[in-house]
Amino acid sequence: MKKKADAAASKASGKVAFWYDPRKRSILYQLVVLAMVGLLGYYLVSNTQANLERQSIATGFGFLNKEAAFEIGESLISYSAADRYIRALFVGVLNTLLVSFIGIVLTVILGTIIGIARLSTNWLVSRLAAVYIEVFQDIPILLQLFFWYAFFYEILPGPRQALSPFNGVFLCNRGLVFAIPESHPAHVYMVVAFVAGCLSVFFLRRWARRRQARTGMTFPVFSVSVGILILLPLFAWLAGGTPTAMSVPELKGFNFQGGLNVSPEFTALLLGLVLYTAAFVAEAVRAGIQAVSKGQQEAAMSIGLRPNRILQLVILPQALRVIIPPLTSQMLSLTKNSSLAVAIGYPDFVSVAGTAINQTGQAIEGVAMIMLVYLFFSLSTSAFMNWYNKKMALVER
Amino acid sequence: MTEAYVQEKPAEVLKPPVTSVGIIGWVRSNLFSSWFNSFMTLLVIYLLWIIVPPLIRWAFIDSLWLSTGAECQQSDGACWSIIPANIRFIIFGFYPYDQQWRPLVAMVLLIGLLFYSRDRNHWKKSLLYAWLIGLVVMGLLMKGGLFGLSAVETTKWGGLPLTLTLSVFGLTAAYPLGIAFALGRRSKMPAIKMISILYIELIRGVPLISLLFMSSVVFPLFLPEGVTINKIIRAQVAIILFTAAYIAEVVRGGLQAIPRGQYEAADSIGLSYYLTMRLVILPQALKIVIPPSVQQLISAFKDTSLVVIIALFDVLRTTQTVLSDPKWMGFSPEAYIFVALIYFLCCFFMSNYSRRLERELETGL
Repeated sequence: MKKKADAAASKASGKVAFWYDPRKRSILYQLVVLAMVGLLGYYLVSNTQANLERQSIATGFGFLNKEAAFEIGESLISYSAADRYIRALFVGVLNTLLVSFIGIVLTVILGTIIGIARLSTNWLVSRLAAVYIEVFQDIPILLQLFFWYAFFYEILPGPRQALSPFNGVFLCNRGLVFAIPESHPAHVYMVVAFVAGCLSVFFLRRWARRRQARTGMTFPVFSVSVGILILLPLFAWLAGGTPTAMSVPELKGFNFQGGLNVSPEFTALLLGLVLYTAAFVAEAVRAGIQAVSKGQQEAAMSIGLRPNRILQLVILPQALRVIIPPLTSQMLSLTKNSSLAVAIGYPDFVSVAGTAINQTGQAIEGVAMIMLVYLFFSLSTSAFMNWYNKKMALVER
Repeated sequence: MTEAYVQEKPAEVLKPPVTSVGIIGWVRSNLFSSWFNSFMTLLVIYLLWIIVPPLIRWAFIDSLWLSTGAECQQSDGACWSIIPANIRFIIFGFYPYDQQWRPLVAMVLLIGLLFYSRDRNHWKKSLLYAWLIGLVVMGLLMKGGLFGLSAVETTKWGGLPLTLTLSVFGLTAAYPLGIAFALGRRSKMPAIKMISILYIELIRGVPLISLLFMSSVVFPLFLPEGVTINKIIRAQVAIILFTAAYIAEVVRGGLQAIPRGQYEAADSIGLSYYLTMRLVILPQALKIVIPPSVQQLISAFKDTSLVVIIALFDVLRTTQTVLSDPKWMGFSPEAYIFVALIYFLCCFFMSNYSRRLERELETGL
């Protein structure tokens, strides 16, 4: 009672005790919290410094310039044990990016198919998709990776008895081997033609949209784009002298020669990541499609849109708005889960950094680098997604 | 003379054609409603025909259930014998053999408590006390050292009890921390908001495995000289810190779903910040986030398997240890299928439960 009276009195006189002033009080709280965090930080840092000095571990990133002295099984760039640590770590980053990129593309395709299958009117198909989603979501990804790894090393036969599901494709305990076209300058022309095709499709789309806004006339953008994207590389191939030679894998001695050999580690990692994440993507796709109410489709039909225009102009934009956010988080989790490669011996970034930590003893720098690299991936992806979401967001009245 | 046509009897009721009712009707409308659906049905049946019979043959007909490893090497079928022969090691790890009833009782207690908590009529304050007592009893059973139970070092804990401990304690301890960070993130005080955002985004941006690495190689450096904390507790701390960031985002979703009027109403009757949260906002927000929290429990349960990488003996690691025994080498699929079945059953029940809760708690808010 007395306190209240005091407060009232001080308010009347224009002066408030500082603990009754919410603004000053919040500053006080923040100072206390900051001081606590600062003290904790200081405590940890001073402990760490004392420990490092006692164990005489060097600090800093100087070790990056030393010789790595360990081999890496697979690499996109040339690498040998005589290279420096920084190059070894770069090889690891590239491997992580490679498996994540291929994994994301395959996951989106497989997840979309299963998500649509889940909504199929065909009972058998939709049940099968439901079972797939339930089973693969509920088993830890690490266990799935171990399973596929064991599948390659224990169940598949050696190269001599390799399984060949299609002509030119072999599956054995040395991994997946398949035929690829023999390298030829025409392939470079084809890639250039494809990129040029993509650019021209981009400008064509912009032009068609402007023309439609100005005159109301539509332009068959989709079919023309597909035509450009197929025909340009085809012309480049014809102009380059129509190379047809294929590098077909052949059994020589104990292993395959020629073709492209994908290691069991990479294949097991990719298989595990894709099958696991696709189950989550399928759920996101299903939810997105179900979120578009039936009335939308009926309304579009009633104003006389053709089915493909309905899908393109009415259903997809609304479904994508629901699908994209969970899809992004699934892509990020696939990238983060690719760090489990360390458990089955694929040389991704975490695995290379782990080796570096073991060799140099510089644990803090190593773990900090792992965290920074993954933070960079996640933050750049979420920045991109925020931009995309803003672009796609519903403009309400 | 005209004759008016008057129907004096009701028209005969025609049954629907046999092709649109019963099994035939169901098959027609669900499997062969269009040419595309018919094609898909036939394709699926063909694929199942190729895959399922050999699988059944391998798993059941040709399989061995109670044999030695040597007999298994001769056989073509699945060697399920690896499970019964090593079940106690797979489930309990290095826990002293004659004391293994203790983790068993603890697990039964945990599962019993979980089952009892499923019914929402039991959600009272007494249940909270039951959980507190239950957790203490479980800890006591596992650790021992009192009431004539011999003490068991935590380094000897392993297998399924370790998996369950890490996930249940992980979620229980992460929840209050997560709520604190969620409130911090929505706070009007810039410093607190910044710290919360930084923490949440930092943790959510990195894989769990980097935190586990940190707990196993960097954390010992943080401690003053002479103080050591064992590996399991360090991993537990990493899991708690990791889960808390995700819980914070889940709770933030609940907080954002509370209409502004609730805050204003609480302000208007003069409640302080603490009382507003405790009496008005959190009870509603936490109720909304119960189903996603169960989802979080599921992913925490699955994520604990990652402790394999820092060489803790959870159920996956004990299985691998069995597989590295020359007697049982080469039967990885059977052993992994068994472990997968354990994980699947647990997660399946939990996710079904979360779906049921979602339906029951739907308030149309």
